Amino acid sequence: MDIVVCIKRVPSTEARVKVGSNGKSIDPAGVNYELNPFDEFAIEEALRIKEKSGGGTVTVMTLGPVEAQKELRNELARGADKAILIKDDQLEARDAFSIATVLAEHIRKLNPRIVTMGKQSVDRDNGHVGTMVATLLGYSCVTEVIKVEIVGDVARCEREIEGGAREVVEAKLPVVLTAQKGLNEPRYVKLQGIMAAKKKPLEEVAAAAVASKLNITEMSLPPARQAGRFVGKGPEAVGELVNRLRNEAKVL
Amino acid sequence: MAGIVVFAELKSGAIRKASLESVSEAARLVGQIGGNVTAVAVGAAPADAGATLGRAGANEIIIINDPRLAAYSGDGYASVIKGVIEQKQPAAVFFAATPQGRDLAPRVAVLANAGVASDCVGFAVDNGKIRARRPVYAGKAYITVESAAPPLVATLRPNVFSQKTDGAPASSSNAAADGVDLRAVVKEVLAAAGTKLDVTEAPVVVSGGRGLKGPENWHLLEALAAAFGNAAVGATRAVVDAGWRPHDEQVGQTGKTVAPTLYFACGISGAIQHLAGMSSSRVIVAINKDPDAPIFKVADYGIVGDVFEVLPILTEEVKKLRSGN
Repeated sequence: MDIVVCIKRVPSTEARVKVGSNGKSIDPAGVNYELNPFDEFAIEEALRIKEKSGGGTVTVMTLGPVEAQKELRNELARGADKAILIKDDQLEARDAFSIATVLAEHIRKLNPRIVTMGKQSVDRDNGHVGTMVATLLGYSCVTEVIKVEIVGDVARCEREIEGGAREVVEAKLPVVLTAQKGLNEPRYVKLQGIMAAKKKPLEEVAAAAVASKLNITEMSLPPARQAGRFVGKGPEAVGELVNRLRNEAKVL
Repeated sequence: MAGIVVFAELKSGAIRKASLESVSEAARLVGQIGGNVTAVAVGAAPADAGATLGRAGANEIIIINDPRLAAYSGDGYASVIKGVIEQKQPAAVFFAATPQGRDLAPRVAVLANAGVASDCVGFAVDNGKIRARRPVYAGKAYITVESAAPPLVATLRPNVFSQKTDGAPASSSNAAADGVDLRAVVKEVLAAAGTKLDVTEAPVVVSGGRGLKGPENWHLLEALAAAFGNAAVGATRAVVDAGWRPHDEQVGQTGKTVAPTLYFACGISGAIQHLAGMSSSRVIVAINKDPDAPIFKVADYGIVGDVFEVLPILTEEVKKLRSGN
């Protein structure tokens, strides 16, 4: 079963965000980058599906700067068979539609049965690329999946909806699945995987220019919250807290 | 290009509150850009849909009720909504940022050759063009976006936009679901044990961190939530990763972003990725043993103390207040 996994290199979730000099994107100075956390579940699921199906290729793909070779190599070490870096130094200027269009063009050439990716990247927080890629390719798409079972030509998935309830969705292959936390427990990269990854192919291609549908006019930081006050120590402070919530904040 | 099309999401046979909020924001905006607010419901809309959506600000509603679309199908719903967009040529298309709206909006956008602004918290009209404001990096920053060409497709964060209640009844018509070819369909919904309020929907959220020491102590948070009656219980990433609580309760950058009226952070130190997910709450209360914990830097009210001692007393006080009202 041939599977494509789309990943993204993003600022660490520990990063503090500052607005860059263009006023439209973050200042990358001092920011550590890492694999989008949700993509770990996507790659793990792809590896599991491949192992269960007994064959095929897992191709890990990203659109991003040359530095993203590191994230691709790491996924090769985790078990992917080959990697494609679609090189783009202007990723910040692309919206989800532009990104999805570029990815879809390269996925089409590989003609996979399954595409997986994280349910959203934790930088722009859109969660659009999966459904957009699927719609562009005419594939099915199930978003925010926490369970996947491939039965013949159908992906039987569970996705989280509100309040802990789950939807059971059946989708025809080829399908794009976007991974929610909880889908699986990602495996660790082993030393022999790191050695093996050095011999695996990492192809580099140039990204096509695709105009964005949405343009950012401004980026700003939210107003800083004023630190409040300590109402007291221990259980004796509860009375004062309730009083403040009731009479000052008027939320009780 | 005028007017706004709003997807009226149905849940348990009723129109969702978040969709009514989206209709009301659309009504405010068409006051500036002109045109009508057209609400689209897919499935068996309630008999009073015209009145309900009208009160929220819709001028007309289109109901597409087809047995093939009785259960949610992202591709199926997207194709029928695309039909309405072709007919109306709106300036914008709105969805509530619910699991269904988030799934549906990008599909519709691609079919309408548009981009999506997701989880929007504000709109403004500038030179006749709608601009949307939305969080990025889980709320560590905000961006303002506009579309290169109409329509602007957007999902609207629940509990942010106020709901109008004084609109006139909307006219109602039915449309056929043409050319529907379903690739993915919801087969069933597995409910959680008991009905619990989602952290993104609840006006009060009671969250716990490692300071609770173990999942066996979560009853303390559940008791406080129950005393409020309209509260949800949340958790930090550390707690979810340790397997104490399910992921759907996680508040923060790899969980959910919440903005309730009242947020209780109990035994939570305040990691930056947690703060990102809850800092836009209206009032934040922190209870923590460590007076230097970062959570106190964003809290409006803090109690330095042991959650095991403070929570039961607080629960009793809230109960007294609630029963006294």
